[in-house]
Amino acid sequence: MSLPTAKKIIETRAVTKRFPGKKTLFGTASFVSAVNEVSLEIRRGETFSIVGESGCGKSTLARLLVRLLHPSDGAVLYEGNDISTLSETDMRRLRKDLQFVFQDPFSSLNPRMTVGALIEEPMKVHTRLTRAERRRKVAELLGKVGLRAAFANRYPHEFSGGQRQRIGIARALASGPKVIVGDEPVSALDVSVQAQVINLLEDLKAEFDLTLILIAHDLAVIRHMSDRIAVMYLGEVVELAGNDDLFDRPLHPYTRALMRAIPIASPHGRSMNATLTGDVPSPLDPPSGCRFHPRCPHATDLCVSEKPVLGQAGGDRTVACHHWKEIADTAESAVREPPRSDTAAKRFALFRERSQQQEPTTAGNI
Amino acid sequence: MSASIATSETVEEEAVRPENRAWKKLKTNRSALFGFVIVIFFIGIAAAAPILPIADPAATSWTAVRKAPSAAHWLGTDEIGRDILSRMIWGAQASLLAGVVSVLIAVCVGVPFGLISGYFGGWIDQTISRVTDALLATPFLILAIALAAFLGPSLTNAMIAIGLSAMPIFVRLTRGQVLAVKTEDYVEGARAVGLTHFAIMARYILPNVFAPVLVQATLTVATAIIAEASLSFLGLGQQPPAPSWGSMLNVAKNFMTQAPWMAWWPGAAIFLVVLGFNLLGDGLRDALDPRES
Repeated sequence: MSLPTAKKIIETRAVTKRFPGKKTLFGTASFVSAVNEVSLEIRRGETFSIVGESGCGKSTLARLLVRLLHPSDGAVLYEGNDISTLSETDMRRLRKDLQFVFQDPFSSLNPRMTVGALIEEPMKVHTRLTRAERRRKVAELLGKVGLRAAFANRYPHEFSGGQRQRIGIARALASGPKVIVGDEPVSALDVSVQAQVINLLEDLKAEFDLTLILIAHDLAVIRHMSDRIAVMYLGEVVELAGNDDLFDRPLHPYTRALMRAIPIASPHGRSMNATLTGDVPSPLDPPSGCRFHPRCPHATDLCVSEKPVLGQAGGDRTVACHHWKEIADTAESAVREPPRSDTAAKRFALFRERSQQQEPTTAGNI
Repeated sequence: MSASIATSETVEEEAVRPENRAWKKLKTNRSALFGFVIVIFFIGIAAAAPILPIADPAATSWTAVRKAPSAAHWLGTDEIGRDILSRMIWGAQASLLAGVVSVLIAVCVGVPFGLISGYFGGWIDQTISRVTDALLATPFLILAIALAAFLGPSLTNAMIAIGLSAMPIFVRLTRGQVLAVKTEDYVEGARAVGLTHFAIMARYILPNVFAPVLVQATLTVATAIIAEASLSFLGLGQQPPAPSWGSMLNVAKNFMTQAPWMAWWPGAAIFLVVLGFNLLGDGLRDALDPRES
């Protein structure tokens, strides 16, 4: 199902990243495959999310996509060209197109530089704008991310987490990129601020014609934003599907477990069924066959001995499971929020009524 | 939320450029100003030595050997009857030069090596670190004496020798700081923006590792002034009869009981200069850190 080159902006081909593990006197004894032979195609203009629990390699994959890390094996293609073989100089030039937003807004901005200097810097590197033009653009970008232009002379420590993340986004936009990779861009923020930053990213994506690649572990964020979603487990992509497909009918047992882990805001909807037991196995010594088999309720001998490959599962989705067909047929469909009880419905109705009577208070634009 | 932050006093501040802000902060820091005044005072008298109405610092007098402070000799005389005030003023030149220039040499050579070593790691780091270890294994003074002897006796060579001997401390200090700062997200962010290694080191790492280096530098000024004295004593520093505070102190220790004033003045001067540099250095460190308000 390889797409024509014009449609895909980034492609990975069996990209692998190994980190050295234990070191002994005679060199490195073991390696951790943080990302293991991942092949993805990211389409121009889409919002592509990568989801998985802690330690599954999603941040490593994000860094591989923009060559903040060098792949141990495989290739990462941007616009059809392998960026892992580019020279340092060529790669620096290419960074105009590929920008990155970090998870922690408190450590991702140089404390010694003013906000203006931080946002101006990518323009200095990648454009030939004059000083005055750059200043004007800094003010414009600050406005775009909902901050006042006068903030340019302040330092990052004077801002809140949400504001800093907006600064980080403005900086990422400054070079006029085509792709922005966000490594959990909102997970360090308060929930109320998360929504603002997410909406900002969506607006900017439309305005600047961006392709967004988001790494997240928060399923609500992913559900809200993504066009397509890749689910990662222990360094491998186990399922890749469109947003609705994945949430409505997850195929891989791991995806199903993830979906079942979403808290439901209703006491009647909670099930006591254990979702997943055990911990993620050590990536130093991954299980044989399917990496998920020790924790999978559907595992068979085949899963222990043979590794499933990512295969077509109808429509626009792929899944790496030997038994996805049977599981999909037998198991009940995905979680759905159960209907509200009568009393709860009344309360909600009342609340809605009251809140409409009052003048809606205007929340600032942080 | 922006409304609550943009209060009236911050609006005025917005026009202030970052450099002005640092200067403003330095000016309001009393101890830094005090340090600044001390340093300027000594630099002033050192520079003005030739035009001040004082005695010849090398003129001896057999009638005024080891005389206590008096109207004729305000700070007393030394073991061969030279005026101590005059020698203090002329000696300020040699001592300040020995203190400041050698530390500048140490910082200018040591910090870049430390930066490169910590930033690039690998065999570059291994090479620089091992050489630094070897230099640190040799006692500071022995190394300085060896270098000064090799370069030949003169104040300039003494400064170079002291600077090179003090350098390894700065290499190691900087390297350690770089290793800590290097893991910060903003350094990776600088790479993501497409900056060159040089730009990352200059704009992202150096400003964030400089605070402890500055403190170390002000403390090393004292060590350097004393080291110059030791070299003078061996005939490798300031050439007699030209004075330096260190060499004056060195001679004075033989007459501690008979003529304690011979030790007071150079000792106090070294103390004050070091204090001055230290206060100034601390003030600079705080003024340059935007997080300190």
